[in-house]
Amino acid sequence: MEFHTDMVATSSISDASLVARCRAGDDEAWEELVRRFSRYVLAIAQQAYRLSPADAEDVFQDVFARTYERLGDLRNDDAVRPWIAQLTRRLCIDRIRAGSRELPDPLAAERGADETLEKLDEALSVQDAMHAMTEPCREVLDRFFCRDESYAVIGAELGLPSGTIASRISRCLGKLRDQLEGRRPGPRPS
Amino acid sequence: MYDEERIAELLTALPQAPEAWVLAAARLPATRRAIDQIAALAETDAGFREETLADLEGALERAGIEPSRATLEHLRSRL
Repeated sequence: MEFHTDMVATSSISDASLVARCRAGDDEAWEELVRRFSRYVLAIAQQAYRLSPADAEDVFQDVFARTYERLGDLRNDDAVRPWIAQLTRRLCIDRIRAGSRELPDPLAAERGADETLEKLDEALSVQDAMHAMTEPCREVLDRFFCRDESYAVIGAELGLPSGTIASRISRCLGKLRDQLEGRRPGPRPS
Repeated sequence: MYDEERIAELLTALPQAPEAWVLAAARLPATRRAIDQIAALAETDAGFREETLADLEGALERAGIEPSRATLEHLRSRL
């Protein structure tokens, strides 16, 4: 079975430790940082600022280039997530202005972006909890919800009937809910 | 606090980024090192610098780097 490389972004290392390793020149840690925040950055660009795919790609690459260049300026390594969020927001606004698109009501647009970002922060926490689950649960939830794969496609990939996939998704969602509600804390520290 | 519908909605809110974008960002340290090497050589060899400026894409490709807007801009800025 081919296991998608995106799944490597699941180690239990905290954000702060990951940042420290990146700053020390660890290329593997950098790749993990990119994978850990890639969906978050893309979602801010597309959902909070509704950038086109081409603009979203440019912002995505700029965010990680500037993160790489300025990681040394980060005062609190634990704050890398809000730091990346703020950087992404700023670059999205720059991109909109560079394209001569005016925000019709900048204050309202920022309030809307705040609300979307709040949801995406919560989504990232839920995704962290998902990544802390055992591999069968993590994989089936990621494929179904994040990659939009059907029961049939997942079943074919994993060599399982579609009905088994459906029941596994349901069971794993229940486990994830328990974990999020603190009934069964996950192993991931952050 | 969390029902399964809400969890599903939140998981769907973070779709996967295209793998090519992720790989380009993940390779940034190696890309920057390769560009540093090109820039260092260009500093000491005017002919190499001229050749590189005339064909930035080719210079990147020869260094094993996929030319993109960002890598081309970065190389140009270093020359």
